[in-house]
Amino acid sequence: MAKITYIAHDGSQFEVEADNGSTVMENAIKNAVPGIEAECGGACACATCHVYVDDAWVEKTGAAEAMEEDMLDFAYDVQPNSRLSCQIKVRDELDGLVVKVPERQA
Amino acid sequence: MSVIADPVETDAVIIGAGPVGLFAVFELGLLDLKCHLIDILDRAGGQCAELYPEKPIYDIPAWPEISGQGLTDRLMEQIKPFDPEFHFNRMVTAVDKLEDGSFLVTTDENEVIKAKVVVIAAGGGSFQPKRPPVPGIEAFEDKSVFYSVRRMEEFRDHDILIVGGGDSALDWTLSLQPIAKSLTLLHRRDAFRGAPDSVNKMKALVEEGKINLQLGQVTGLNGADGLVESASVKTKEGDEIEVKCSRVLPFFGLTMKLGPIADWGLNLNENLLPVDTEKFATSEPGIFAIGDINTYPGKLKLILSGFHEAALMAHAAKKYIAPDERIVFQYTTSSTSLQKKLGV
Ligand SMILES: Cc1cc2nc3c(=O)[nH]c(=O)nc-3n(C[C@H](O)[C@H](O)[C@H](O)COP(=O)(O)OP(=O)(O)OC[C@H]3O[C@@H](n4cnc5c(N)ncnc54)[C@H](O)[C@@H]3O)c2cc1C
Ligand code: FES
Repeated sequence: MAKITYIAHDGSQFEVEADNGSTVMENAIKNAVPGIEAECGGACACATCHVYVDDAWVEKTGAAEAMEEDMLDFAYDVQPNSRLSCQIKVRDELDGLVVKVPERQA
Repeated sequence: MSVIADPVETDAVIIGAGPVGLFAVFELGLLDLKCHLIDILDRAGGQCAELYPEKPIYDIPAWPEISGQGLTDRLMEQIKPFDPEFHFNRMVTAVDKLEDGSFLVTTDENEVIKAKVVVIAAGGGSFQPKRPPVPGIEAFEDKSVFYSVRRMEEFRDHDILIVGGGDSALDWTLSLQPIAKSLTLLHRRDAFRGAPDSVNKMKALVEEGKINLQLGQVTGLNGADGLVESASVKTKEGDEIEVKCSRVLPFFGLTMKLGPIADWGLNLNENLLPVDTEKFATSEPGIFAIGDINTYPGKLKLILSGFHEAALMAHAAKKYIAPDERIVFQYTTSSTSLQKKLGV
């Protein structure tokens, strides 16, 4: 289990208890976090689940793999801490994770 | 509309060559109906080929695991005996019903096909280039910002800015460089998705000083009356720079849009075509809808549901075409007449 905080673009915050093995995207969808669309359902094929990982967590969430980097090419305003949330799997070490939702998805 | 003297004639036109459109060729073929398929993509497979060719699918009956491209290849093999005709790189723009109950199907290249029935297997709509998230870009579209190259001559002696890191961006960089006044390739990072050979050729041009490679993202376009003069770019290092350009070609992948289907006078429900679950008929007799594009109570957007819909639709289509002919239900395993059609 891990607590994840989503900060929507308007600043509103959503705190969610997430099961290990689920993805950061799935928990956002389940809890109706605004601004995460996830059109492809987590297949790393749409780039509409883009988030910014809070700087304090960048190291723990790790770097995007090649396929995810390719998909990030289609996202809006990609920054060094950009990730596709369907590619971040929840585990105990991510307890407390904070991610920001971008202004728009592609 | 100009009158076209001799349209091609066929039994069924299938709009969309995704997995469901492809399987419809098989089911219609068993009932002796010949098919033409039209798709805006340059190849068959729809979402499976365009969005996830290498990803595994686990819920195709009898295939514990098969990739999007693998499924497409198998379907192409399976329908080969029926010799379908493919029209790729074409968008269907109009479907008009004739007095005798048949249809004229028109493409954006003004080809016309006359068909006894029309099967809409258009999935989530036609694949169209994604508009990059650049504020105000609409004002420049089709004047100085283009999502495809129809005529290379329109780019001659221009300062060209190509944005993207996939095959389209690289291919057009290589093709347009010789005729450009200047060419800048802008990409978010220094890794490219495109074919390694194209990447090497592009890098050689950079070394020869023939093109500029800029790492960064477009944040705005500057110009007037639809004519772009420069692009504002945030570089990888975080600096804001201006790149001079008079033509911009952004390649940000494809997205699905319903497109012209909305204009054919068919009942729509949230961009989907409501059908019955016996015939998969739309509100217009003779026009059927199968796969992701249709909706009915309990609909699941799964490939296997589309396959089932294709089989039932085919029988209904046959009845529409030949109301008095009795359709004998047969198995491919045991029917010699079906096996003859399959060439086995
Ligand atoms: C990442 C991802 C993973 C998936 N995984 C699975 C899975 O595991 N199992 C499963 O069952 N399903 C899965 N799906 C869903 C599955 O891909 C779709 O259900 C299936 O592709 C629908 O097939 P279709 O033939 O109805 O339409 P599509 O595959 O969408 O094909 C429709 C075609 O019609 C064309 N078209 C539309 N309008 C026009 C026009 N006016 N003129 C010309 N061409 C037109 C389009 O360009 C497109 O090529 C997945 C989808 C995605 C995106
Ligand atoms: S949900 Fe589509 S890429 Fe993450």
